[in-house]
Amino acid sequence: MAEGKLKSIADLLAAHPLFAGLDPAIADLLAGCARNVHFAAGAYLFQADDAADTFYLLRGGDVALELRMPGRGRLTVQTLHPGEVVGASWILPPYRWRFDARAIGDVRATSLDAACLRAKCDADPRIGYDVMKRFLPIVAERLQTTRLRLLDLYAPPAEVGRQL
Amino acid sequence: MTAIARSYQPPAAEADMLPRPFRVVARQQELADCVSLELAPVEGAPLGFVPGQFTMLYVHGVGEIPISISGDPSVSERLVHTIRDVGAVTGALCRLQEGARVGVRGPYGSAWPLERAFGRHLFVVAGGLGLAPLRPLVHWALANRHRLKSVALVYGTRSPDNLLFLEQLRAWAASEGLELGITVDRATADWQGRVGLVTDLLPGMLHDPAETVAMLCGPEPMMRFAAQALGSAGVPQADIHLSMERNMKCGLGWCGHCQLGPFLICRDGPVLPYAELHRLLTVWEL
Amino acid sequence: MPAQGLDDLIGLLSSRGYEVWGARERDDALGLMPIETAAELPRGRVEAAEAGRVRLVEGPRDAVFDHTLPMHGLKRLVHPAEEKLYATGPDLVARDEAVAANPVAVLGVRPCDLAALETLTQVFEGGPYSDTRYRQRRDALFLVAVNCMRPAATCFCASMHTGPRAEAGFDLSLDELLDGDRHVFLVTAGSARGREILAELPGEAACAADLDAAEAGSRACAAAQQRRMVEGVEGLLKRNLEHPHWSEVAERCLSCANCTMVCPTCFCNTLEDRSSLDGAEAERWRRWDSCFTLDFSYLHGGAVRRETASRYRQWMTHKLSHWHDQFGMSGCVGCGRCIGWCPVGIDITAEAAAIAASEQGQTRSGDET
Repeated sequence: MAEGKLKSIADLLAAHPLFAGLDPAIADLLAGCARNVHFAAGAYLFQADDAADTFYLLRGGDVALELRMPGRGRLTVQTLHPGEVVGASWILPPYRWRFDARAIGDVRATSLDAACLRAKCDADPRIGYDVMKRFLPIVAERLQTTRLRLLDLYAPPAEVGRQL
Repeated sequence: MTAIARSYQPPAAEADMLPRPFRVVARQQELADCVSLELAPVEGAPLGFVPGQFTMLYVHGVGEIPISISGDPSVSERLVHTIRDVGAVTGALCRLQEGARVGVRGPYGSAWPLERAFGRHLFVVAGGLGLAPLRPLVHWALANRHRLKSVALVYGTRSPDNLLFLEQLRAWAASEGLELGITVDRATADWQGRVGLVTDLLPGMLHDPAETVAMLCGPEPMMRFAAQALGSAGVPQADIHLSMERNMKCGLGWCGHCQLGPFLICRDGPVLPYAELHRLLTVWEL
Repeated sequence: MPAQGLDDLIGLLSSRGYEVWGARERDDALGLMPIETAAELPRGRVEAAEAGRVRLVEGPRDAVFDHTLPMHGLKRLVHPAEEKLYATGPDLVARDEAVAANPVAVLGVRPCDLAALETLTQVFEGGPYSDTRYRQRRDALFLVAVNCMRPAATCFCASMHTGPRAEAGFDLSLDELLDGDRHVFLVTAGSARGREILAELPGEAACAADLDAAEAGSRACAAAQQRRMVEGVEGLLKRNLEHPHWSEVAERCLSCANCTMVCPTCFCNTLEDRSSLDGAEAERWRRWDSCFTLDFSYLHGGAVRRETASRYRQWMTHKLSHWHDQFGMSGCVGCGRCIGWCPVGIDITAEAAAIAASEQGQTRSGDET
C-alpha cells in the first residue's frame, strides 16, 4: 500500500506542469518529499516571514499572494491557479516567505518539503540542476509580467502625463 | 504590401471627405472616463461594417477622430462606438447626449480575418479599451459558434473598476460557449477574480495552439508580449493578428499620418498579421 | 519651331482658356507663377544650386530653359497648400466646397516634375479610394514639358530614372536647340490636346539632325549630373532603420520642414476645423502638413516620433523605401530641391551613400576576420 501511495504522488508530481517530462527516477526520489494537502477557503498556505520550508504545486483552487497593509487591508500582488507553483523563496537563503499565500476557495495541492528537496538537490547536482531549470523560468516569467504591470500600460494618458 | 494584408481589404466605401449626419440614439456611461454611443443615420440607409473596422467621427466645430466600431455587426441600424475621454474630440464625444448629432465617415480599414478561424479555435486577447474593437468579433464568433472549435476571450485591464462590458461578457460565458478569462493588474479590496498580467492566462486557456487563430488588441507592448507568448506556445505567427493604432486624419490613405514603416494603418490596417509587424514593433519611434 | 514661337504657344493656350504658368525670377530664385509672355521666363539665367544654397546667376548662353527648376513643383496646382473641403452648421449637413479648378497650362515642366505628378496621382488615386478633388485639378492641367539640357548641381534624376528626358505624361514637350544664331524648339505632342496645339504652331517638321541633337543633349545632361542616388536604396534603408547615421543627421537637421514643402511628391496633409466666433458655422480645411513636426505623429498621450532622428528617418525612408510598399513606386524623383532648399545643406544622396558606405565597411571588416 505504501508503495502504491508513493507511486501515485510521483505520478501527481510528473503530471504537474512544473515537472513535465521529469525523469521517473527523479520523480520517485522527489515523491519522498511530497504529500497531498487540502486548504479550506481563507486558510493560509504560508505567511510572510515564516520559514519557507514547504512549497505547493496547485492542483485545484486558487491562491492569492498578499501583503498586509495597515489601513488598506490585504493587497493582492498576484493570484495563482491550478498548474502553477506557490512559493519560490524556499530555493534561496534566508528561506523565508516574503508574502502571504491564502486560499481563495478550497485548494488542493501537492506540498513539497523544501528542506528535504534542498538536501536532495545538494546531494545530487543532477537533480539540483533539473529543479533549478524548472524554477528559473517561473521566477523569470513572474519578473517579466511584474515589470509590465509596473509600467501601468492601461493607464489613461492624463495619468501618465500628457506630453506632446 | 503583402498578399496577406491585402486579402483583408473589405470593399471600398465611398471616398468622401464629407461626413454623414448621425444622431445619438443611446448613451451608456461604461466607465468613469468611457462612454458608448449608439448612432443612427439622420436619414438614409444604416452603415454596414465588418468587425475590426473604424469610422471617423466628427463633432461640430471641434474636430474629427478615428474610433473603432464596438457593436454587433448584425445590428447595423445601431452603430456603436466606445470612446475614452483622452482629448478634445473624444471629450466632446463623451459629453454628447441623446439626440445630439455626430458626423460619420467610413467604415474604413481592414477586418479581423474571420474566415481564417473557421474550423479552428478562436483566441481573443484584449487589453484595456482594446476590448472595444474586439467586441464585434466576439459577437460574430458567437453567432457562428458552430463553425469554430472554441471561442476564448482573455481580457486584462488595469483594475476592476476599468472592466468594460463586464455583464455582457459574463452572460456570454454563462450561456453562449465563450471561455472567458479576466485578470486585472491591480486588485481592489472587493475583487474576487484574478490578479496578474493578461499573458498569465494563456497557459490555462490555450488548448491546441497549432489549430488556434489569435486576435489581439490593446496597448502596443501588451500586444507584443502576448503575441510572443502565443508564438512560443505554438500558435503560428501568420495566425496572430493585431489591431494597430496611429494618428489618423483622413482614413483614406491620403494624409500620411498613420504610417508605420511600409503600412498606412488606415488603409492596410488597422488589423495586420503579427508576422508582418513583429520586426517593426521594436524599431525605436518608427 | 523658332524661339519666338513660345509666344505663339502662350497665345494659343490662352485662347483656349488656359492661364499660362511658367518659371519666373523673384528674389534671386525661381517661382512657378502665371506669365503673360515668354519674355518673363528667365532667359539666359541658370540656377546655381548647391547643398543649402539656391540662387540665380547669369548663364553661359542665351537659352530660355537652361535654368532648371523653380522652387515649386506642380504639387501646388493639384494639391493646394490649403483648401476648404466643406462647411456645416450644427445639423452637420455638410455643404461641399466646389473645387475651383481653372484650366492652367504650365510651360516648362521638367521631366522630374512630370514624374512627381505621376507619383501624386498614384497616392490620391492608386489606392482603394480616389480623391475627386485631385482629379478635377489634374484634369485642368495642360503640361508643356521641357527636356533638360543642363543639370543643376543638385540634380540626380538620371539615377532615379525620371529624367532628364520626358518620355510620356505631357501634352507637349520641348527640346531647346541653341547653336550659334540658330535657336529653335523641337516640339513633340504627347496627347490629342497637344497635337491640336502643335498643328497651329509655326515652324517646320523636325529633321533627323535636330532629333539627334535633342537626344544627345539629354544624354549629355544625364552624364553631367554630379549627384546620384546609391543603387538599391530601398532595401538599404529597410536594413538600417536603427543605423547610428540617423542621429548624426539629426545633429544638423533643424526639423524645419523645408524639404517637405519644396518636395514635389510630399503629400502629407492634415484636416482641421475653423469655426465662426459664435460656433454656429464650422469649416473643414485640408492643409499641408509635415512629418518633421512633432504633432504629426501625435497619439493620445504623446507623439510617436519625438526625436529629430526619428522624423528625418521617417521622411527619408518613406521617400526612398516605404513608398514602394505603399504605392508601388519611389517617392523620390531626383529633383534635388530638398538638397538646395535645406538651410543646413543636408543632402539626401549623401546621407544614403553614407549608410551604404558603412554597410560596405562592415562587410569588409567581416570578411577580414
